Amino acid sequence: MSRVPDTVIVDSGGANLASLEAALQRCGARAEVSRDPRRIAAAERVVLPGVGAAPAAVARLRELGLARVLRTLTQPVLGICLGMQLLFDASEEGPARGLGLIPGTARKLRARTGLPVPHMGWNQLTVRGDDPLLQDIEDGDYAYFVHSYAVTVSDVTLASADYGTPLSAVVRLGNFWGTQFHPERSAGVGARLLRNFLGAACC
Amino acid sequence: MRNGAVVKGVRFRNHRVVGDILTLAQRYRDAGADELVFYDITASPQGRGVDRGWVAAIARLLDIPFCVAGGIRSVADAEAILNAGAEKISVNSPALHNPDLIDSLAARFGSQCVVVGIDSQQVDGRLCAWQFSGDPHAAAASSREVLQWVREVQQRGAGEIVLNCMNADGVRDGYDIEQLSRVREVCQVPLVASGGAGTPGHFLEVFRAARVDGALAASVFHSGEITIPALKRSLQQSGIQVRPAAGAPASSSGRERR
Repeated sequence: MSRVPDTVIVDSGGANLASLEAALQRCGARAEVSRDPRRIAAAERVVLPGVGAAPAAVARLRELGLARVLRTLTQPVLGICLGMQLLFDASEEGPARGLGLIPGTARKLRARTGLPVPHMGWNQLTVRGDDPLLQDIEDGDYAYFVHSYAVTVSDVTLASADYGTPLSAVVRLGNFWGTQFHPERSAGVGARLLRNFLGAACC
Repeated sequence: MRNGAVVKGVRFRNHRVVGDILTLAQRYRDAGADELVFYDITASPQGRGVDRGWVAAIARLLDIPFCVAGGIRSVADAEAILNAGAEKISVNSPALHNPDLIDSLAARFGSQCVVVGIDSQQVDGRLCAWQFSGDPHAAAASSREVLQWVREVQQRGAGEIVLNCMNADGVRDGYDIEQLSRVREVCQVPLVASGGAGTPGHFLEVFRAARVDGALAASVFHSGEITIPALKRSLQQSGIQVRPAAGAPASSSGRERR
């Protein structure tokens, strides 16, 4: 197996790496989990998952020497959940800087009446922008979220969801995309998004 | 599940093998279920934890969230299951014996993934939480009264409650609306109804009359009597908000021919 895989999933240490790898494989990708900076740099597609706390995740990426590599990538990159938040400048979750690839800060979801934090469950998307990643994904489609922090809606928001307040569900700046929800747990909608990502033209 | 196979009983007795776990999981994934719950019903009575191998296989197979129940007695047990890719863990008998377990799980993993299952049955006019319900020889009423237990588990950090009404289980006569409504009044976290589904009308009734957040069923789906897409269509037509099943409107199964 000396060929460079189509898609590398950055080994960010979360519990969803295997599920994500399987989801990408179901979509026809050659997907592999790796923490090797050279492999990541050479991949045609890079997925940055994340589960847990932002400061620990940033520390891990730094320790593994991956933060710098991720910043230099020019191929399509997809951050998922905490992985999406890491693409931004910062998170209220801790003092560590994010990767700074997209302007903005992940903020703690404020508990509104009757809405528990973390937000965990199926939620509907509102499509706000036209993008290859959202091809065949429509307003009202459901996606599965698990998160305590969220990025507010801004110019980089391609789709939002509402949880007491509107939040960014899908974002993009240049070759960096992100989804706050888990495509690997979002059934057909998630699979469509992953296929769109695999088919996205290099930037 | 019992000894690696999926089984279903009637009123928690006479369990019959209904299929292989991966085959059934894939069938429900493709049919448009919103979440699957796997109960290892003999794990607690036999004093063993769930075998983790199948959890990882299920995590790879599914593209929807899933919950694992049975024999979770410690933070370490729960961690192994969550690390294998499950979204939630559900505790029942071990929480009755050691309620602090709920606090520890919520503190470590967050309430959102801590489900408390309650097997409930009326005994002398009193709603009792039952323990070891997966094994007819070990099942027994605990000292806990259900409504009081529902309040306590929420205070301790339960993020969701699944109420299995044992008298209704497997007999397909409808959910126990009266009992679920009483629990709903004291339950602020998501409440999932379990036990008794026999027709699409029963689902409609439990959402409308007992105002539950979710409805769990096994027998009617295992037998094929009710299909998930048909059920969801019927609920939607009655004005209940549901995530459309796979296949409607666009294709679904997340697989692609190469």
